[in-house]
This record gives sequence, structure tokens and C-alpha cells, in this order.
Amino acid sequence: MQIARVIGTVVATQKHAKFDGAKLLLVQPIGIDDAPRGPALLAIDGVGAGVHEKVLVVLEGRAAGEALGKKAAPVDAAIIGIIDQVDVHGDL
Amino acid sequence: MQIAKVVGDVVATRKDENLTGLKLLILQPLTPEGEPVGRTLVAVDAAGAGVGERVFFVRGKEASFPFYPMEAPVDAGIVGIVDHWDLG
Repeated sequence: MQIARVIGTVVATQKHAKFDGAKLLLVQPIGIDDAPRGPALLAIDGVGAGVHEKVLVVLEGRAAGEALGKKAAPVDAAIIGIIDQVDVHGDL
Repeated sequence: MQIAKVVGDVVATRKDENLTGLKLLILQPLTPEGEPVGRTLVAVDAAGAGVGERVFFVRGKEASFPFYPMEAPVDAGIVGIVDHWDLG
């Protein structure tokens, strides 16, 4: 899983049927220093996340499909948690 | 998934039989600001997309799911056409 920041919302009327009712959010993966890491992604929101929130993103098809509540959905990323706090103990 | 712009299409007459009837499009991934980023790629279309449109696509074996039970040998698939996106 990956820590990310929600940076935007996406509207798509014409999409595959398995996406009906799904909320699509743009997320920017971040390191534990909150700095951006790698390209922004589009993820299904399974937990009611909003823009600016720090979230936990799963980057795997089966898990993302389960977050959507549908089997064999053509998805590869889903938000599965809203992060309250991250603690790092010791040196990195 | 990622947002991309459809910049072209691919025609291949001789191909895996499980690709028969599928539309192959060339995608340029975009940043949230709409700028091109990374390499272009070929994706199979499951959303009725066309050249010039902004779309989102899925990577990996999940790209073949829209064509089930046909087992399309693909690793990227367009699954939606983006109307617009807003940055917070």
C-alpha cells in the first residue's frame, strides 16, 4: 500500500459499467516526509475521502475491485483508508 | 489508473486471435495539470474513446476484464472518458 494525498476530483460520464456509482479521485503518492513521489494516480474512493486528505491507497487489481465491491472490475488503484497520523520511530 | 490523452490509433491485421475486434489506441499520460508525462503506450479501448479525448486507463491484467470471457492479451485498457477534473 502507499500513502498519498488527494489532490483532485474527476468526472467521467462515459465509462465502463463497473464504475457506475464509483467516486474517482486524483491522488499524489507521497513519502513519509510528505514530499511527492512519482506520478499522480486516479483511484476509486472506497471510504469517503476528500481533497487534501492523506489516504492509504492500494495498488493492486483484486484489492481495488473489492474496495469497489465488484468482482472482475477493471481497476488497479483504490483508496481504502483515511490516515489520521503516521509515526516513524528511529532513523530511516 | 491514470489520466491520458488519446493521440493516435494502431491497426494490426495479423495479431493474437483474442485481440480480434478490439480497438487499439495510443495514449500519452498526463499530469494533473494536463501536461504530457512519461512514455506513450498502446491501450485497448473499453469505453468507446476516440483520438483527441481525455480518458483514464487501467494497467495490468485488469485491462482484459471488460472483454471477459475472452482472454485478451493486454496490459493497458481505457475504461472511461474524462469530462473534466478539478484540482483542490
